[in-house]
Amino acid sequence: MRRRSTLALVGLATCALLVSACSSGSTSTETSAAAASAAPAAPAASAAPAASTPAAADLSGQTLTVSNWAGYYPEDLAAQVEKALGVPLTIANHATNEEIMAKLTAGGDSGFDVAFVSGQYAQALNEAGLLEPIDHGKIPNIANLYPEATQLAFDPGNAFSVPYTWGTTGICYRSDLIPEPTSWNDILAPSAENKGKVTQMTTERWLALPALKSLGFSINTTDDGQLQQAKDLLIASKKDLLAYDDTTFYSRLVNGEANAVVAWDGWCNYGTAENPDIKFTIPKEGSDLWSDTMVILKSSKNKEAAHAFINFILDPANHAWVAENILYKVPNKAAMDVAAVKEMNATYPNMGMTPSDLLKQEVVVDLGEDSVKYTDLATEVTSS
Amino acid sequence: MTTTSIGSGRGAARRRALIGRAAFAGPGLVYVTAFMTVPLLLIATYTVLTRGRFGGVKWEFTLGNFAKALDPTYLSILGNSLLIAGITTVLALLLGYPTAYGISRLPRQWQAVAIVMVVLPFWSNFLIRTYAWIVLLNSEGPINSALVSLGVIGAPLDLLYNRGAVIAGLLYAYLPLVILPVYAAIERVDPQLQEAARNLGASKARTFWDVTLPLTLPGTMIGAIFVFVPSMGNFVVPELLGGGKTVMVGNLIRDQFLEARNWPFGAVLALSVVAFLVLLFALQAMVARRINSAGPRA
Repeated sequence: MRRRSTLALVGLATCALLVSACSSGSTSTETSAAAASAAPAAPAASAAPAASTPAAADLSGQTLTVSNWAGYYPEDLAAQVEKALGVPLTIANHATNEEIMAKLTAGGDSGFDVAFVSGQYAQALNEAGLLEPIDHGKIPNIANLYPEATQLAFDPGNAFSVPYTWGTTGICYRSDLIPEPTSWNDILAPSAENKGKVTQMTTERWLALPALKSLGFSINTTDDGQLQQAKDLLIASKKDLLAYDDTTFYSRLVNGEANAVVAWDGWCNYGTAENPDIKFTIPKEGSDLWSDTMVILKSSKNKEAAHAFINFILDPANHAWVAENILYKVPNKAAMDVAAVKEMNATYPNMGMTPSDLLKQEVVVDLGEDSVKYTDLATEVTSS
Repeated sequence: MTTTSIGSGRGAARRRALIGRAAFAGPGLVYVTAFMTVPLLLIATYTVLTRGRFGGVKWEFTLGNFAKALDPTYLSILGNSLLIAGITTVLALLLGYPTAYGISRLPRQWQAVAIVMVVLPFWSNFLIRTYAWIVLLNSEGPINSALVSLGVIGAPLDLLYNRGAVIAGLLYAYLPLVILPVYAAIERVDPQLQEAARNLGASKARTFWDVTLPLTLPGTMIGAIFVFVPSMGNFVVPELLGGGKTVMVGNLIRDQFLEARNWPFGAVLALSVVAFLVLLFALQAMVARRINSAGPRA
């Protein structure tokens, strides 16, 4: 989720592998655009017409500029939005949260109306005073969200962010080569057969996660003693590590370089798509709950259109496209109930994880000035 | 770089030459100066400011960034980078000098072909070439598979994700940068000097050692710097071929700006690398001057 620079490629590769899935995806989005703009038909229609009818009147003269991760949205999104809302849409891509963060905090009007950022970044942007409060009245489709998804710790009640995707971090492994890992210690202190065949993530918070959970600490801890213990554990684990990797870990499973890797659920699915023996599991010590969200910038001059855009995304058919094609879970009950999405559970079991399953995990929150502690920890571990 | 000796030129001619040179060099120089000086001043300023929580800097004076750079963690990363860049440079010279020498001894038309071959890898993207190394060297890759199936080794070798792989990758990336200036330096050596040495009874080895090598030393040092500098700052190779387990100062600087939102500390690191390189260039200039002034006398 954090570094989707390669996601466009990945998306292409996945499309190539799943020709049928991709084509069915695009047809479903086309119908959704049609449904939203015209016919009140299909299961998707419950909230959409109510939203699009008044919106169309208010939005004349507005334009939208949105930044999202490359490959994290339908390719024809701009055309769809223009058709449904009558608003010209420009999409910019960012590779990481930090990249868009830098653009948004550079001062003045960044030119963006809506940005896609992870929850803890939305929290930080809000503290920096850069976000417009979300007007729930203008986003009727927000009712499609799972109630659990509206209460995530970084923004309970969706005051300034609306979740787009959510998921967790676990171990992605080759079920044909090794027994199912049950603990983070299977990565941190691998058995003989897995020595040199495991990878950990390199982004600070996820680098620390396996050690923190293995020691029974919070993933949001800022306690120096706990971080020290986690650091020692991570340094000790380095000798059995193949590499630090949070972009290509699943392809290491595919080519047999690795047996087990720390992975985000959605990206593990990219491995499963290529080899059904690649499976995902959450270690018994627990993990995190992350969410990528949509936020509206206070500096936006197109706030009506921005709200209408978020409402458009939350339309069940549109949001279902994300689940079907990006292979990440969306926190949208109506979208997850779409038949095509439900069918995915057979191939990608982690798509069937319920909100209550996810809520057992700990929500990643912003740590303010203390986030430096995690940067230092990561530097000390990787350079040791 | 070394524009010595218009000799004992007369005033007017020299002035005309100067104006001509300024006209040609001026635009490029202004461009380089402006776009080097301004960012460098910015970097220097940022070193004493405070980290902004949401990126950028807070205008509060501090020396804490320099203190942080002296922490053993960061010193060891700097030392590690010096070591890796140093080994890469030595290997590049050991491989590159003979290659350049060999090319200069080829017939004219083949020299051009050889030089094109040297720069050929630059025609394809650096990232892709680096990824190719991963494909080649990984435990399930063709080299390991071939060796295992031939029975040469029992289990795949760990060719990747260690310091050796990083050095191999850097060497591959920057070897052409040492071959080209060394070749140019060897080409510039006046063959009459070598002939004179031979006529006066020096052996081939002695001629090389006492004539060719000293005369090509400045060019060789340029080549060495061309390899050392980018090796030191590289962050792609340690990340991909080093599997992120080897951290170099380039990675550290990149992370300060793009992940840690710690611009002032990143600025300190960047500035210390710049300072180090200025030292290197000064050293090169000193050696070059000594050789140039010693040359005619000998």
